[in-house]
Amino acid sequence: MTAALPKLAVFKFASCDGCQLSLLDCEDELLAVGERVDIAHFLEATSHVERGPYDVALVEGSITTPHDRQRIQEVRAASKFLVTIGACATAGGIQALRNFADHDEFVSAVYASPEYISSLATSTAIADHVRVDFELRGCPINKYQLLEVIRALLGGRRPTTPNHSVCLDCKRRGTVCVTVARGLPCLGPVTQSGCGAICPAYDRGCYGCFGPCVQPNLTSLHRQFLVDGLSKRDAIDGLRLFNAYAPEFRQESQRLEAEQGRVAGVNP
Amino acid sequence: MTETRQIRVQALARVEGEGGLEIDLENGAVRDVRLRIFEPPRFFEAFLRGRSLNDVPDIVARICGICPVAYQMSAVHAIEAALGAQVSPFIRRLRRLLYCGEWIESHALHMHLLHAPDFFGRASGLELAQTHPEELRRGLRLKKHGNELLDVLGGRAIHPINVRVGGFHRAPKADEFARLIPDFEWGLDAAVQATRWAATFPFPEFTPDYEFVAVTHPDEYAMNEGSITSSTGEAWPAHEFESVFEERQAPHSTALHAVRRDTGVPYLVGPLARVNLSFSRLSPIAQEVAASVGFELPCRNPFRAIIARGLEVIHAYDEALQILRNYQAEPPRVAVPHRAAEGCAATEAPRGLLYHRYRLNDEGRVEFAKIVPPTSQNQLRIETDLRAWLPDVLSEPDDVVARTCENVVRNHDPCISCSTHFLRVRIARK
Repeated sequence: MTAALPKLAVFKFASCDGCQLSLLDCEDELLAVGERVDIAHFLEATSHVERGPYDVALVEGSITTPHDRQRIQEVRAASKFLVTIGACATAGGIQALRNFADHDEFVSAVYASPEYISSLATSTAIADHVRVDFELRGCPINKYQLLEVIRALLGGRRPTTPNHSVCLDCKRRGTVCVTVARGLPCLGPVTQSGCGAICPAYDRGCYGCFGPCVQPNLTSLHRQFLVDGLSKRDAIDGLRLFNAYAPEFRQESQRLEAEQGRVAGVNP
Repeated sequence: MTETRQIRVQALARVEGEGGLEIDLENGAVRDVRLRIFEPPRFFEAFLRGRSLNDVPDIVARICGICPVAYQMSAVHAIEAALGAQVSPFIRRLRRLLYCGEWIESHALHMHLLHAPDFFGRASGLELAQTHPEELRRGLRLKKHGNELLDVLGGRAIHPINVRVGGFHRAPKADEFARLIPDFEWGLDAAVQATRWAATFPFPEFTPDYEFVAVTHPDEYAMNEGSITSSTGEAWPAHEFESVFEERQAPHSTALHAVRRDTGVPYLVGPLARVNLSFSRLSPIAQEVAASVGFELPCRNPFRAIIARGLEVIHAYDEALQILRNYQAEPPRVAVPHRAAEGCAATEAPRGLLYHRYRLNDEGRVEFAKIVPPTSQNQLRIETDLRAWLPDVLSEPDDVVARTCENVVRNHDPCISCSTHFLRVRIARK
């Protein structure tokens, strides 16, 4: 009977587990999902493991070790439709901050015996290594967008998720703009929708969990931040969080850094 | 002739993060047991340096998607300790409320989806739901209400956005919390039933001689503050943590193993340690349930940790309900002036004691960070459990030995993703 169900697999690379946890956080839908798909590989949830091929693979995490660089190729080969879930998988995650720094020094700062650590100098997105069929942004992802991916899979169609900016969601929620009204730095105008515009609703600026939206005007936004009194260093750090290595955020933080006169010690 | 036998669990299931198990036997005796962590290193302590203290709660949350609140709590308490900031009783209550939400979602997840399947020989919670649909639905709903509390108070369940040094960005309005009360009334009763159900599971006879370590507080079931206390009767303030405990390089492996400096003994943190050390501060309802299901102290059977988690879920629902019912919004934060300083804190993550230490400069930037997660403290204790467990099961075939050893590991709900400070992340191959 289960042979007829589409096979779903979940794979983890360097990450916090939060995005795959989003599937277990679909408390109202989880048992129904379990009846409609064959969960063929999901170590966090089940000891039952099936070999590929898989109809859909959800891939969490970034590539940070030589072994994982190899493993993602195997996952790709075994999967018909590969979906990256979360900022680690789509942009390298918070651990991509190492891409801007001296990796060897990073290793010795945390681990007493660095010779045992086998780690790449960079943390990179899954799409830098294999073809990706669909990506779900977010740190963490939105569980309803994840359900949309599963529904689309069951319906044999491509998932759809919005790519407008968080700014529009604030207008819809009726949240007063924290930048206009209070001069707080907020990445809402340049960040992709998906979180529900929660930060401004909690009296703080957006910090860009969902990464850059389409055609973000980062330079103009940062000009305004500097006018409002944000230091250049804080502006750079504001972009260097969970989507630091997403191309548009990375370029703007490097531009600000160059403006500041510091040498951008970035790995090619 | 030497007869060797190797038992391997390539990838542990139903734990957070990725790890394996390697057991080497020689002439029928246990030669080596390694809980192998192949979670890639993420270097949090390194990239925290130079960051503003305001960024710390958002960044450290990302160490763990299951217990982000714990990382945020230890971080803000350590930074406030450094800067001599004192939060209001209102903020203190809200922090306990937030922790209640996390304990509920994390424990309900482990009890129902990760741990319970072991007692029925099932591969997953979904499989267990085929024979126990009501119990699993109840468990999922218990978990959901924990997440809803995190949604309202934290802004979202995974990686909450409302926590900051000095308090919260915004205090929820009374009606936002009032909506949760009926679900929490249901949850208190459902948590009692879930715990009674867990207490009926078949528990193997297995009682290692644990030294329990947890934060305790004279007036409350400790979450955010108190003394670090051992079952030996000793207690220390948080700032003595690093002088009492150390992570030592074990000769047989490359792992950092947490032990007491003076005795070299591994210790256990987590719900079983907390319930043993703070039983009398548990909610009276939880204490009654414990008595009625025959949960006797001291309880050193790690399989029965599922009952300890249940008792803590009862406590968390009970305490959360009281806070929700009496809630009136007050200023959400206190001012925290920056200066060069150093401070540390230990709070109780769902999986046990979580220690943070930060050194800050006069601009409010991090100069140094140290994070000791619960699972890295438990790692040697888990391996010690396995050594004690193995002789009784060695007559079984390899797959049975491996499966029961996985069960022993899962008793402790290891969170391998909390990998900031694990040494045995990858062993370089020759």
